Amino acid sequence: MPSNLPADHRARYQLVTLETGATCLQLTGSYTLISLNQSLPVIAGELAQLAKQSGLYWDLTNIHQLDYANAVMLWQIWGRQRPDHLLLRPEQEKMFLRLEKTALLPEPVQRKWFLPISLLGQQLLRFLDHLAGMITLSGQIVLDILYLIAHPGRIPAREISANLYRTGAQALGITAIVGFLIGIVLSYLSSEQLHMFGADVYIVNILGMSIIRELGPMLAAILVAGRSGSAMTAQLGVMRVTEELDALTVMGIPHSLRLVLPKIIGLGFALPLIVLWTSAVALIGGFLAAELQVGLSIRYALTALPDAVPIANLWLALGKGVVCGMAIALIACHFGLRIKPNTESLGEGTTNSVVTSITAVIIIDAIFAIAFSNIGIRIAG
Amino acid sequence: MTHAEPVIKITGLATRFGQHIIHENINLTVLKGEVLALIGGSGSGKTTLMRQMLGLITPAQGSVEVLGATRYNCGHEEERKLRIRSGVLFQQGALFSALTVFDNIALPMRELHTLRETIIRDLVMLKLSMVGVEAQHVHKRPSELSGGMIKRVALARSLALDPELLFLDEPTAGLDPALSESFVELIRSLREELGLTIIMVTHDLDTLVAISDRVAVLADRHIVALGPIPEIITIDHPFITAFFGGTRGRNALRVLQPS
Repeated sequence: MPSNLPADHRARYQLVTLETGATCLQLTGSYTLISLNQSLPVIAGELAQLAKQSGLYWDLTNIHQLDYANAVMLWQIWGRQRPDHLLLRPEQEKMFLRLEKTALLPEPVQRKWFLPISLLGQQLLRFLDHLAGMITLSGQIVLDILYLIAHPGRIPAREISANLYRTGAQALGITAIVGFLIGIVLSYLSSEQLHMFGADVYIVNILGMSIIRELGPMLAAILVAGRSGSAMTAQLGVMRVTEELDALTVMGIPHSLRLVLPKIIGLGFALPLIVLWTSAVALIGGFLAAELQVGLSIRYALTALPDAVPIANLWLALGKGVVCGMAIALIACHFGLRIKPNTESLGEGTTNSVVTSITAVIIIDAIFAIAFSNIGIRIAG
Repeated sequence: MTHAEPVIKITGLATRFGQHIIHENINLTVLKGEVLALIGGSGSGKTTLMRQMLGLITPAQGSVEVLGATRYNCGHEEERKLRIRSGVLFQQGALFSALTVFDNIALPMRELHTLRETIIRDLVMLKLSMVGVEAQHVHKRPSELSGGMIKRVALARSLALDPELLFLDEPTAGLDPALSESFVELIRSLREELGLTIIMVTHDLDTLVAISDRVAVLADRHIVALGPIPEIITIDHPFITAFFGGTRGRNALRVLQPS
């Protein structure tokens, strides 16, 4: 009970016998959500018990305050109709008149029961729809690039450099930390094993090959997909919600040229550089750990690195960086432009964008691995 | 309404955003059962003042008392009661886009944890009928509703717990003249029926004239005038003359003149 509520305003009820011999249920005090609070279900249950008596008189005229929640409570106790004997004040009369006129909750439209087959079909159609959308968008980008070659003055240089800064320079910290730690872990695990065979020097080959060819590009691409991909999708999505995309359209500024292209070019430049950076930091971490663990000097490791890892691997890594960067930006923009102006769609779009771009990055890596399987790998013997 | 008790009492309130001073020494009392309109130029801090009454912003100085309790640091239980006893209609409706109309209105009722689902079902339908929304819209999402409908559903949500106090932020903004007139009419009838105290921020002269009992004019960091419209328009202040003196102002005020 609220402390500021006078004692006589508490919700009460009493049974009185009228002169005619009939029983009358008098309700007194405040019947409101605030005054009843936790005791509402209790009092509702007690009143429902009493309501089972036939020929009961209901007297609501002494209620100090009645709100709609409690009016509905009484109404349901009465079985959605007025009891035969009911005393009301004029304002309560109005409330119950309203209740009489209120429609019942309509049944929700029955959702169709999706068979697994149709569910699968829908998924497939959705996938094809996204695929078509992405192909359209990349086609549009190619057209934009052709247009820009013809009109070099229209190149959105500011946007490109802004994207380069946001997706490149600002990602250096996180990629360095992750790369360094992965390098250390890898080095600790493999140097112990190699030490057993007295093959300590091969740590350079193992770290060099795995990090430069595979781990560096993958780590950088997955981190950037999560970091920059989600930011791009959310940015475009919010621009849809705030009608900024429509504002650009009516100004005759195409989305693909001003928003999508700079992101693709920006990330296409930024990701290979981040790949280089991540690989370098991971190698330093790995060699540092090797020096501490098995006493292999960093100086030796660095001089041995060019012989252990053919330079083609570096080009391959940079190529992966360019392709993955452009794919991440393309996927992020595709999902961003498809967001509908509501909060749920924004969350869903961002999740889909990140999941799709990470999957795409791994698929691209697999394609590279198969296509360039005979390049940059020296087979001993 | 002569001896009505105060519902909101603001004393010595000051607001600063960094170096920028919005309010200085604001004193304002809202009485039970009245409709108080806050007007003022853009950037005069009307909405900020309302958000302070709602407890969304803490002022730099001064106190705000709502329904007998201080708005800030008033304890969890007191805060909960305040929330139940007041309703807010936001400018854009602020309906939860992930929920249907039904769930939007049922949300505050379910949060009480004392009402049974059967009661909630009837109560939601009742609130919808109060604001004149047909039962067929109840399972729709906010994105499927028109602007006028969103306002009505948002009003139904703000009335979900039978509040005594209702805050309206630009209730008729974004509605066409016919819709805003019917919306104003709806607010007026609900106020009569439910005995609401209403605090409203508005730019719309017609709304102002139609439902406000008193008007508080915010300008130059202070409340420069407070009173019924006929009194306000006699005050000589650049904002007031510009607000009511223009063609639109004169047209709106024609309603007040005895024909």
